[in-house]
Amino acid sequence: MTAVQRALPRRWPLLRSGNLHGGWPSAFWFLLPALIGFVAFYLYPAIRGVYISFTDWNLIANEGDWVGTDNYDRLLDDSRVWDSLKVTIRYTVINIVSQTILAIGIAVLMDRLTKSVVIRGIILFPWLIPNVIVAMLWVWMLDGNLGIVNEFLGWFGVDPIRFFTDTDKVIPTLAGINTWRHMGYTALLIFAGLQTIPKNLYEAAALDGATERQMFFGITMPLLRPILALVLVITIVGSLQVFDTVYVATGGFGGQPGGPANASRVIYLYIYQNAFDFNQLGYAAAISVLLVVILLAVTFVQLKLLRAGESDLS
Amino acid sequence: MTAVADRIEQASRTFEPSARLRKLGIGRGTAWLILIVILIVSLFPFWWALRTGLSSNSDLFAGEQSLLPAGYTNDNFERVLGTASEAEILDSLGRQNTGSFDFWQSLKVSVIVATAITVGQVLFSGMAAYAFARLRFFGRDKLFFLFLSGLMVPPIFTLIPNLIFIKNLGWLNSYPGIIAPFFFMTPFAVFFLRQFFLGISREVEEAALLDGAGHFRTFFGIIVPMSAAPIATLAILTYINAWNENIWPLVVARAPERQPLTVALGQFTAQQPGTSPDWSGLMAGTLLAALPIIVIFLVFGRRVVDSIGFSGIK
Repeated sequence: MTAVQRALPRRWPLLRSGNLHGGWPSAFWFLLPALIGFVAFYLYPAIRGVYISFTDWNLIANEGDWVGTDNYDRLLDDSRVWDSLKVTIRYTVINIVSQTILAIGIAVLMDRLTKSVVIRGIILFPWLIPNVIVAMLWVWMLDGNLGIVNEFLGWFGVDPIRFFTDTDKVIPTLAGINTWRHMGYTALLIFAGLQTIPKNLYEAAALDGATERQMFFGITMPLLRPILALVLVITIVGSLQVFDTVYVATGGFGGQPGGPANASRVIYLYIYQNAFDFNQLGYAAAISVLLVVILLAVTFVQLKLLRAGESDLS
Repeated sequence: MTAVADRIEQASRTFEPSARLRKLGIGRGTAWLILIVILIVSLFPFWWALRTGLSSNSDLFAGEQSLLPAGYTNDNFERVLGTASEAEILDSLGRQNTGSFDFWQSLKVSVIVATAITVGQVLFSGMAAYAFARLRFFGRDKLFFLFLSGLMVPPIFTLIPNLIFIKNLGWLNSYPGIIAPFFFMTPFAVFFLRQFFLGISREVEEAALLDGAGHFRTFFGIIVPMSAAPIATLAILTYINAWNENIWPLVVARAPERQPLTVALGQFTAQQPGTSPDWSGLMAGTLLAALPIIVIFLVFGRRVVDSIGFSGIK
């Protein structure tokens, strides 16, 4: 009898004996489909991805020869890899800062004002719309000549901004678009976190004459840390893998994906181009190994730094 | 002791959100105003797309920025839906239709793909989740941990090996090829459902097993009906995700007749010329492609909104 079985009440003799819930024979058929999917589309490709990064795989012939560390040597010397990494990091920083600040603001406002499902639904809505569609909506609204946003800015005497064709503006623009799409989702995650903070803490603080500001930084932020850590991990890992919005928003209307002048060529797009435009899958796989290492490192460091899972409450 | 209790009582009486907001220097009215602006920002792009889709391109190019459709017309929607004749297209667009896509065919692909993925993923993930939550077999916890580690594998890493695998199977440009990687499981779905199954009382299940019901009858007859709500929530989220997926069908389905709406719309955008693109047609297509998601959200919004707080930590 295992410890778990012993812990079960005596009135469940069959469960305690372990006979009814025992063994692979009964579990096998329940697990089989999921196991097939896991092995075929997660485990095997993860291992094979590393293997492909050591070959010169060609998709048309669909084969490749072992080339040792050639792809990795090339990667270290390829300035385009590091440029695209810089672009990606710039995008991520702008996106995370604007999105997190807005989301905390929205969550606090909702926490104070309303629990309405309709309002939460409206705020969440952009998150459910496909990236491709979100990109198209904003390409139109931010158009340099006819866009409503430039018209709106014009009322305040701002000259038309070339959001997508100016090399300095394209990354902030894309980060802004994804902030619009994700801020409601992030706000709802933080809103859920706010509900777990006992209200009597604020009452006690008010009693001691704490200001609103002191309460926010002294109570709300520390107790939100576990949920903020989770939100930051999800959003940073997501931002480092941005692709759809860039591909669609910069790829149409006579432009090249990643344009203008590769100012928006994020790392995911560079991997995509190597694999599917240049037919160098081995090299693309090597860059994606690099990206995975970065993603795992970011996750690990963040969870350590933010000490996720333990709030000051417990 | 009573003095302290009195003070707390007193403080909690004076402690009201409006009082706290006033302390911050912004009134409740201002707070609502900010929230309303955020709601407008969330919804305005969709209105603007509808307004543009119902406007004529000639009025748009004249710089018309009215909130209501400029030069109201149904032509754009008819053009996207393929019900407009070539003469009508020439008339409303002022030129040949550059870039087009078969809306109905892509809609069909999107519906088939999203439906198959939802049914397979929820069913098979549910079965695996039941095995992990209830059955006892050698290596169960290690296997579950391995499944969970799949959450850490970024999609870019498996993209290239999966594409090579699907190509080897001869499934490029086919429904099985688009569906397979998402059909059997996702680590999130298994994790999500296992959490709910763990919360179901064992009493009912024990009774069924004592009555001689097998595990399959127990699962489909008792566990599934008792978990109808979380299963429905997962199914809705899975459907929306499958509908929004872009990169996988983009690489696996190069043939237009197997491209779901996201990919087809992206290609439609990429084919637009730099000068005088078909804005009203693009916006009409965009809205039509988002329509199924909008309808799902209007019907099941509450479930989706309530599911966002679910993060697995508390």
